[in-house]
Amino acid sequence: MPTTQPLNEAGQVAEQFNDIDQQVQSNLFGMWLFLSTELLLFGGVFAGFIVFRVIHGEAFAAAAGHLDLMLGSLNTALLLTSGLTMALAEQLVNNTRRRATLVMLLATIALGAIFIGIKGYEWYHEYEHHLMPVLGLPFEYPGEHPQQAELFFNFYFTLTGLHGFHMLVGLGLLSVIAILTWRWRDPPRIARQVQISGLYWAFVDVLWIVVFSLLYLLRS
Amino acid sequence: MSSETSALPDYLPEVSKGLTLMPEQASAMAGRIDTLYIALVVICGLLTVVVFALIAVLGYRYRANSRANRESQSSEHTHRRVELGVLAIMLVIFMGLFGWASSLYLDMFRGPSAAMTINVIGKQWMWKVQHPDGTREINTIHVPVDETINLRVTSQDVIHSFYLPAFRLKRDVLPGSYREVWFTADNPGVYRLFCAEYCGSYHAQMRGKIVVMEQADYQQWLTRQGESEAPAVSGAQLFQSYGCSGCHMGKTGIQAPSLAGVFGRAVPLAGGATMIADEAYLHDSIVQPQKHVVAGFDPIMPSYSGQISEGEILQIIAYIKSLEPLDWKTNPSQNPTQGEAQP
Amino acid sequence: MSVATDPRWPREHYLSEGFRLRDWLLTTDHKRIAWLYLASITAFFFLGGTAALLIRLELITPPGDLVSADTYNQLFSLHGIVMVWFFLIPSIPATLGNFLIPMMVGARDLAFPRLNLLSWYIYTLGGLFTLAAVIGGGVDTGWTFYTPYSTMFSNSAVIAAAAGVFIVGFSSILTGLNFIVTTHKMRAPGLSWFRLPLFVWANYATSLIMVLATPVLSSVLMLIVVERLLGIGIFDPALGGDPLLFQHLFWFYSHPAVYIMILPGMGVVSEIIACFSRKPVFGYHGMVISIMSIAVFGFIVWGHHMFVAGQSIYAGIMFSFFTFLVALPSAIKTFNWTATLYKGRITFTAPMIYALSFVGLFTIGGLTGIILASIAIDVHVHDTYFVTAHFHYIMVGGMVTGYLGGLHFWWPKMTGRMYSELWSKVAALALFIGFNLTFFPQFILGYLGMPRRYHEYPVDFQVLNVMSSLGAGVLAIGYLLPLFYLFWSLRFGPAAGGNPWRAKGLEWWTDSPPTKHNFHRIPRVTESAYAYDPTAE
Repeated sequence: MPTTQPLNEAGQVAEQFNDIDQQVQSNLFGMWLFLSTELLLFGGVFAGFIVFRVIHGEAFAAAAGHLDLMLGSLNTALLLTSGLTMALAEQLVNNTRRRATLVMLLATIALGAIFIGIKGYEWYHEYEHHLMPVLGLPFEYPGEHPQQAELFFNFYFTLTGLHGFHMLVGLGLLSVIAILTWRWRDPPRIARQVQISGLYWAFVDVLWIVVFSLLYLLRS
Repeated sequence: MSSETSALPDYLPEVSKGLTLMPEQASAMAGRIDTLYIALVVICGLLTVVVFALIAVLGYRYRANSRANRESQSSEHTHRRVELGVLAIMLVIFMGLFGWASSLYLDMFRGPSAAMTINVIGKQWMWKVQHPDGTREINTIHVPVDETINLRVTSQDVIHSFYLPAFRLKRDVLPGSYREVWFTADNPGVYRLFCAEYCGSYHAQMRGKIVVMEQADYQQWLTRQGESEAPAVSGAQLFQSYGCSGCHMGKTGIQAPSLAGVFGRAVPLAGGATMIADEAYLHDSIVQPQKHVVAGFDPIMPSYSGQISEGEILQIIAYIKSLEPLDWKTNPSQNPTQGEAQP
Repeated sequence: MSVATDPRWPREHYLSEGFRLRDWLLTTDHKRIAWLYLASITAFFFLGGTAALLIRLELITPPGDLVSADTYNQLFSLHGIVMVWFFLIPSIPATLGNFLIPMMVGARDLAFPRLNLLSWYIYTLGGLFTLAAVIGGGVDTGWTFYTPYSTMFSNSAVIAAAAGVFIVGFSSILTGLNFIVTTHKMRAPGLSWFRLPLFVWANYATSLIMVLATPVLSSVLMLIVVERLLGIGIFDPALGGDPLLFQHLFWFYSHPAVYIMILPGMGVVSEIIACFSRKPVFGYHGMVISIMSIAVFGFIVWGHHMFVAGQSIYAGIMFSFFTFLVALPSAIKTFNWTATLYKGRITFTAPMIYALSFVGLFTIGGLTGIILASIAIDVHVHDTYFVTAHFHYIMVGGMVTGYLGGLHFWWPKMTGRMYSELWSKVAALALFIGFNLTFFPQFILGYLGMPRRYHEYPVDFQVLNVMSSLGAGVLAIGYLLPLFYLFWSLRFGPAAGGNPWRAKGLEWWTDSPPTKHNFHRIPRVTESAYAYDPTAE
């Protein structure tokens, strides 16, 4: 039986891998696959929305007009900025600059938290204007086509809720990494983790661009 | 046409006991489908026999302790050529079957023009039937032989599926939309009607029968049912009692378009589009009035969704269809295309 | 002879690492996780099987007399949900795949061992939700959850059941992700893509479907839960929503899921037939291309579940066309398996009997699929017992037979012990006979027009239904027997040795049971996957 190198002894590398390069490659590839899964999870809802956007074009466009474009744009700007700070954190952690990395991570978390806050305010605003057809709450739509508008708002709350949930998961992930960065035990390992979570955060950013375009921008 | 049996409710057809392999045929289409089916069974049966025989013969010949010749094994190159050969043969067979089945399918869906249209409404767990003259039945459909019958099927609640095995005919029945099915029965008799799409607790009891009668018998049957109102007449009463007439008919009615003669005409919509006012349009306008608002009118009509049954909607549609264009000519102020022009 | 004194019994192996509960529940060893899955899916298999047996008992007589209509509806829903999502989809990948893929690619473990354990916990959580649905009054929507029945009309525990299926979806997504990364990044030196065993290829293709199709099912189930829980109606026709949208999204996942449920079985059968014919698989490259094209084409045929649902007739014809095309690679595979026998040196062990049963039953299942793809026929037999028979030929005749064949083939590797040769052959034959007796009459019933999911039926269907129910009894024996002799072998079976079948493949290079990290030294591969020589004795 031909054989090659001996099994790797315990150390930096997880026991199932031969070397650190294989481990890094596997982790990144795994994250990309996970993101493709996530994309299709949203894809199902996006597909449904687009179908109805085409069928009830006019009603959906009018209903989109009842969303707050100002706040939506502000949120988009916040999230894009957080993408920048996250990218900077990835650069800085590779240069083993602990403090600067930490600042960038905290900035990302802060921007994300403000995003969630504004989103929450928007939801409250819609609740006050009886535009929240959830849990049997009254739905009083001032314009034409109230039924299709209700369908639009159903999609609105599903999509923003699903995206918000992913934001929360991302914020939790970044908080853990911020703590690890603060402790600074194993910098190369932290660098890998920052890179992986950066990938996730960028994905959540991109998703928001799609959600924002579909819901806010396609208005009449 | 009696079908009383002791064990079954009288709306179910009689059955023959024992083992049969093919269902009875009640239309020419059933015969054409069966021909395709038998051809498929023969082809697939032959292919199955080939596979089983190969396994048996090769398994015996090349069993571990046999002395069969195992020298000169074929190369990967040979494998590929054999595979391509098999692929080509299967492709030809499959494409032939595809062509045959698809052309038959197009014939099934694009039928000749129908002599009469019967409305069928699926509802948990019964079939309600309305004939053109207003005769109503439940779980039973009487039709004349040798006439092309069009069925307009819809559902009042969940998805059902209208299934007549003897006609090899099936169509899913969806809430909120009309589907058309046609058939021409060529053999008088009583045949089964099943619901084929699972629809809740008593799905298995959502059965009935279709009675195909000679023309003369059918006319007799119709006259025996005689007293029933034409759907347009019941529709007229519903039009009053649901308050439709208040806006759509009254002398003061400039807040809503008049409906006389609207059926089959192009209607201008708010936003510039036009639509032909067919059954589906009228149905939508009753349950989702905001969907297609006529140009020049405010979207003030409330939805009747959930308050009116699908059967009643069909009667109202029959009534609207019966209104002559003449009616609005004497009342020009109610011309839907000019509603806004009046003071 | 006791294994303790057998020289072929390894002194240290993955099972001797500890037998406390935490050694199992907190393990990250892919071989132990495979056992966790094996235990769970076996439990679910017998739960689903009991439901099936009750269904067949009810259908012995035409009137609905054994159970009430509602109970019957809950039984077939339970049977479908449990069998599809908690048995068939995880069956081969999560047990045999988990155990074997790292060994077949010459790795110490999967790429993400902790994620692997997490997958099992997610599976268990999903299972608990489903059991909660059963205890909390049952669910009566069928495994397809069609709207608007599931969202607006059913009074049963739809939320718990849909949530259970939603959760278990993530388990298969994570398993698939793990397999893909492992296959890409962790192959042993010399193990090029075209030296991979077909079992790895099949699981790789399956994993791609799991990763790309399952999330769509998750989103559609999420919409159902959200509609029932929060009143957010996406499919409500009263709002202008469309129940057909649900069917499109559902089948966009659930048709590829059919290939999740058959491709791994095809992989298993390729290994077994090559081994017991002592011959390389006929047309290895053709097999790989077939596997991958089934996985890809599987994504564009979902509309053939909706030929009478009201999609446009031209869409229906397109979907029919693609369905004929997706049958071609399956036809090639069937031909190649039989051609592998030619000039082989064949021994009829229990795994081989299972594998040949698979080929026969899959042939019938596949060809009746051609009958169903013929769109004009489908109008008549859609939602009848013809469809039921067809997919049971694929799912049970195919996948379950393949799974049992694989379990018998690799049992010596997993446990280090041999089982009773006689009883295993008896079980394999009982399965083949019982299966055909159960499901063949259903083809005739279907063409006669008996609809699916019927609690009671007209009396002229009785003869065939009785035949089917009798067959189910024989089938049950075929399933129960392995439970006994396999358990027996765990304690009393003789030691198997590293390679009892004289098979090729890296998993046979190591001890049975294998050591904790699979290999004492990582192997270097120098030959193709099936370097058997039939001319040698």
